[in-house]
Amino acid sequence: MSVSIRGLGHSYGELRTIERLDLELEPNGVIGLVGPSGCGKSTLLELVCGLLEPSSGTIAVGTAERADERLAQCAYMPQRDLLLPWYSALDNAALALRNRGLGRSEARRRARELFERFGLAGFERTAPAALSGGMRQRVAFLRTLVAGKPLLALDEPFAALDAITRAEMQEWLAAALGSDPRAAILVSHDVEEALYLSDRVAVLSDRPARIVAELSAPHPRAPDRDAAITAPAFVAVREEAMRALHAGMR
Amino acid sequence: MKAWLLPGLVIAALLSAWQIAASTGVVAEALSLEPFLIPSPAEIAESLWENRSLLAENAWVTLREVVLGIACALVAGLGFAVLLHLSETLRRATYPLLVGTQAIPTIIVAPILIVWFGYGIGPKLAIVALICFFPITVNALDGLRSVNPDAIKLMRTLDASRWQIFHRVEAPSALPYAFSGVKIAVAVAVIAAVFGEWVAADSGLGWLIRLDTSQLETARAFAASAVLAAISVALFGLLALAERRVVTWR
Repeated sequence: MSVSIRGLGHSYGELRTIERLDLELEPNGVIGLVGPSGCGKSTLLELVCGLLEPSSGTIAVGTAERADERLAQCAYMPQRDLLLPWYSALDNAALALRNRGLGRSEARRRARELFERFGLAGFERTAPAALSGGMRQRVAFLRTLVAGKPLLALDEPFAALDAITRAEMQEWLAAALGSDPRAAILVSHDVEEALYLSDRVAVLSDRPARIVAELSAPHPRAPDRDAAITAPAFVAVREEAMRALHAGMR
Repeated sequence: MKAWLLPGLVIAALLSAWQIAASTGVVAEALSLEPFLIPSPAEIAESLWENRSLLAENAWVTLREVVLGIACALVAGLGFAVLLHLSETLRRATYPLLVGTQAIPTIIVAPILIVWFGYGIGPKLAIVALICFFPITVNALDGLRSVNPDAIKLMRTLDASRWQIFHRVEAPSALPYAFSGVKIAVAVAVIAAVFGEWVAADSGLGWLIRLDTSQLETARAFAASAVLAAISVALFGLLALAERRVVTWR
């Protein structure tokens, strides 16, 4: 699934959030979006997912251009896990299947297969409140995967986690995307996270958001995260991204 | 056990003080009343026992009015809350009216209701329902509107229909709020039922208290009041129990 954004503009009333933005995502590629907080990263993600309509320009997710068509192509993973506390971990992960009219036991059966593959076996019946932050985030990601959409829209998926769990989850997500390749847009305020998980990183300016730099990641989703993020090539690109980020802030 | 100790002590202390004040006749003397007009807790307990079948008969009448009245308010209140939640226009149009119903002086309307619905259980149900409708509706509506908007977005990208969003996210979110509304309703419902009986009835604890006060049967009037309080506390306790059973995620 590829994504093509041309001349995109969006505003909330008088507030211009995005201006003349162009972005391409190759099939099954992962693109990271970094930018100052409040620059419109999340808005961009909601626009791509079809949760919002652009004020100008076009967005195509594969061949889907209308908002409701895009909505059918995208699975959104919000900042906080937003697991529904009245459902078990398994039922949360199976939500998309249930919404499509699958029976409870069939939906659970399909979601359970992924639980085993992604290291969550044994937690199927656990209530979200009883899970650790990292585990909750894993369930939230599985919920996104189970939806079976060709494009994943990840909005700061690990922002609420502590540094150590965060690093673990980045490695976990890298492996998950390796075993189940999907096109993904990853919004992050963390340059390192974006460069580690994505093939390419687009640096956005302050509001109204436009792209000030696009950088290729040296070794996307390397199995050994610690080695990858300390490699000289990685450090150099990170510095470049940081400079672009500063340049984009006024 | 410990939870009961403190309120138990307070009630025991109050009853002892009352017992001493009534049996020594100090209160009656201070108010220059006949001592039999101020019954002691022991006399009230005696009356409670002697009149147990009469009290039970009339308590049953009142309990039925309370429970059925709340049930009517529950059906109407929850239904109305859902309608107001689904339609912004309807909410704007009728919310002032809803608040207005709370300002209806029941003390004046009650006789009219008797004229309309007759002498039986009808007008009592109407009064109880009228008073309980407001807290139930307002709380349920607040609950429905308290849902995290990101959760709705998430459900939309997980292919949820409007109905699925309602019954998987909005309704469970609103449940604790609805319970709060019903708890408030229970507390006022008993007063409403007694008031309805006060205006026109041939049975019920309100009718009995009115009869007793006119015949200076103060001990039995207090005994009937004690039964009313017990009904209130029991209904409240049952609701709290039901809430704990249903809202397991809190």
